[in-house]
Amino acid sequence: MKRKLLEVLLLLGLLCAVLCGCGDGSPEKTTEDGQTSGSSNSDAAAAADGRENAITVGIAQDLDDSLDPHKVVAAGTKEVMFNVFEGLVKPSPEGDLLPAVASEFSLSEDQTTYTFTLREGVRFHNGEPVTVDDVIWSIQRCAAATEAGVFQEEAFSVIQKLEAPDEKTVVITIQEPNSEFLSHLTVAVLPKDYTGQDAAPVGTGPFRFVSRAAQDHIVLEKFQDYWGEPAYLDKVTFKIIENADSIMMSLQSGAIDLFSHLTSTQVAQLGDEFYIEEGTMNLVQAMYLNNAEKPFDDVRVRQALCYAVDKQGIIDLAFDGYGSPIGSSMYPAFSKYFDESLTNYYTRDIEKAKALLADAGYPDGFSMTITVPSNYQPHIDTAQVIVEQLKEIGVNAEIQLVEWGSWVEDTYNGRKFQATVVGVDASTMTARALLERFVSDYRKNFINYNSPAYDELFQRVLASGSDEEQTALYKEMEAELTKNAANVYIQDLADLVAVRKGLEGVRFYPIYVLDLSTVRYSA
Amino acid sequence: MKYALRRVAMLFLTMLLVSLFTFAAFELISGDTATAMLGTEATPERLEALRTELGLDRPMPVRYGEWLAGFFTGNLGVSTSYHQPVGELIAPKMRVTLCLSLLTFLLIIAVSIPLGLWSAGRAGGALDGLGTAFNQLCMAVPPFFTGILLSWGFGIVLRWFVPGEFPDPAVDFTGAVRYLFFAAVALAIPRIAMTVRMLRSTIQAEMRKDYVRTAISRGNDRAAVLRRHVLKNALPPVVTFLAQTLAEIVAGSIVVEQVFAIPGLGRILVASISNRDYPTVQAIVVILAFWVVLAGMAADLIGQRIDPRLRLGGGE
Repeated sequence: MKRKLLEVLLLLGLLCAVLCGCGDGSPEKTTEDGQTSGSSNSDAAAAADGRENAITVGIAQDLDDSLDPHKVVAAGTKEVMFNVFEGLVKPSPEGDLLPAVASEFSLSEDQTTYTFTLREGVRFHNGEPVTVDDVIWSIQRCAAATEAGVFQEEAFSVIQKLEAPDEKTVVITIQEPNSEFLSHLTVAVLPKDYTGQDAAPVGTGPFRFVSRAAQDHIVLEKFQDYWGEPAYLDKVTFKIIENADSIMMSLQSGAIDLFSHLTSTQVAQLGDEFYIEEGTMNLVQAMYLNNAEKPFDDVRVRQALCYAVDKQGIIDLAFDGYGSPIGSSMYPAFSKYFDESLTNYYTRDIEKAKALLADAGYPDGFSMTITVPSNYQPHIDTAQVIVEQLKEIGVNAEIQLVEWGSWVEDTYNGRKFQATVVGVDASTMTARALLERFVSDYRKNFINYNSPAYDELFQRVLASGSDEEQTALYKEMEAELTKNAANVYIQDLADLVAVRKGLEGVRFYPIYVLDLSTVRYSA
Repeated sequence: MKYALRRVAMLFLTMLLVSLFTFAAFELISGDTATAMLGTEATPERLEALRTELGLDRPMPVRYGEWLAGFFTGNLGVSTSYHQPVGELIAPKMRVTLCLSLLTFLLIIAVSIPLGLWSAGRAGGALDGLGTAFNQLCMAVPPFFTGILLSWGFGIVLRWFVPGEFPDPAVDFTGAVRYLFFAAVALAIPRIAMTVRMLRSTIQAEMRKDYVRTAISRGNDRAAVLRRHVLKNALPPVVTFLAQTLAEIVAGSIVVEQVFAIPGLGRILVASISNRDYPTVQAIVVILAFWVVLAGMAADLIGQRIDPRLRLGGGE
């Protein structure tokens, strides 16, 4: 009898589980939405009515780290949140810095004192006006980084004085002239007394954050009180779709209006409803070599690899010809610093490569492992072509796919690898962001590059006060990397964006962002 | 009563072990929550600080104990990647996955049992060979492939649903069910095929037994014998199989959720593993373990209802 009771109870339990799982359509349980406002429930309605002034943008990865701009790590998160945050200045598509939260700024005669005037009437998304206290607090937060998770902005270590003489002015004094300092003031200005940035961020950008549902979507809405040119669209929903097949389905079904970073194969499958905007990803894609590891500690071996790898061949074979070949740690969008003559420094020459290998003591080649993070198909494809190309000089390469977390831990931070194919980006719009990495004692020098000449060039950059001289020195550094074959440089990947016909205004930046403020339905 | 206690104890033990193993697995794989959060921006000092803040610097048994204590008091912790309470984070996903599983299960039962009976009844017919081949094919097709075909056929060509636009069940429940139906079909097809084959072979084995021949020779209608006597004896193994299916559907839904872009438990589980978001992973894994054990128990109990000989000793 008792067993029967248990039976009934269990079945009831099962039924309950299923019913509450399914039948729960009651509005009070909709916890996903409505964190900042209740208006986000019109989601489904908006999707049904295509004529609403809203679009759905597909993204291949979730924003699954902190949304606090001072803590965020993932490039994909920064890309989306670019629409929500601004600093005193903000980057333009041309690579210049435009005044944003500050309406104007001036630099003193000795180039050490920056004076910013706050723009009249700038408000945060929560309605509060931006004050000098907010600005100073935001800069200090990044300079000190005492809060766990907040990244220390190393460039701010040169700040000597940070003060507000009146309610509209912020004066920053730095130790010595530094032409790159300004580019770091793109750091987001946040409200001082707000503590919810991790999950419900508040900034000053043209769009405000409304809600998100993990592994599902993120909703941004036009910020009505934006100080500048307002966004055209009222609402943008970012839909997270990881699977390559369902990305294609979602584009074809009409669920998605815009999708960046597509592959050339995906683009070829798209129908007539879309057109393609081609930009650059602003990454230095290369086979990065561990310069401290045998046999890559020998410059001749590294050069042999450079002679054996055919960049254009990779671009043609794996990317249908989309992509810009590069020859050093700089990409073409940084036109000021990009030195085109380095791109073809090594042209494919099997004989020369073999001779160099023989010279280095490897007449019969050797075996090596190329570590590739498994979540980046372009890098995997590139590595596969490289493996084939290296066979011709007797180098037997093997691809080892690792999960991203392991790559970060072992390859990047642990520096336990021989070669790895990845793309390295610039965190700010400065040449330094790309080139300081290879200074021998820099903590991000994951390839263990060690060249006294390079280090000395960098010291001269730091000491130099003139932009012109710095640019020349940076170019010398690039040439040094190329000649020493620090890495096997390949390309800056093409950024192929599918845009639904009838939409326009996609702009590309020299950094990895997706600006939606200018996207609009054509009249 | 002893029996009941034993089953419940088993349930708890299983969940406990599963959670412990998951916890231990996180210790073994390279990278922890702090390295996943900081990524390429990690420095030793920063990792240290973050580990201290997250409490990762303490020994594993202490952290496990803490998690366990939290679990029993209803506090599942805060997701390290989404900065949101885990319960709040996974509740909507759980609803979606449960709904998908239930739909799939209903589909399997509704299609496979009549189909199995029908095909067992006409074994050896002209079309039988063809049917078996088709069945084999259905078993072999992986759900993600069927999923792509269904999305394309019903979504892109026929426009019966919009792939990639899963409606929020809280807003548009019927729309959500309609969307899930296609995913359920993809998930159900191989399992329907398996169930049909199994039902068919057990029925055929049963039909060859003496009691069936006796019953028919005494003038009973063949179909009635099949329904009244044979089915009852052929069913227990099928019920066990279906219960296993119930557990497997949840696992299979991880793949199908990806193909149909459905925000369910599977996707968040995979993402949380790569983010080393252990509070979320722990919660999901324990829920799945609970589900699997529960399905097994339900199968045992139903089997015993049908066939009293299966009841374990130690009952009354």
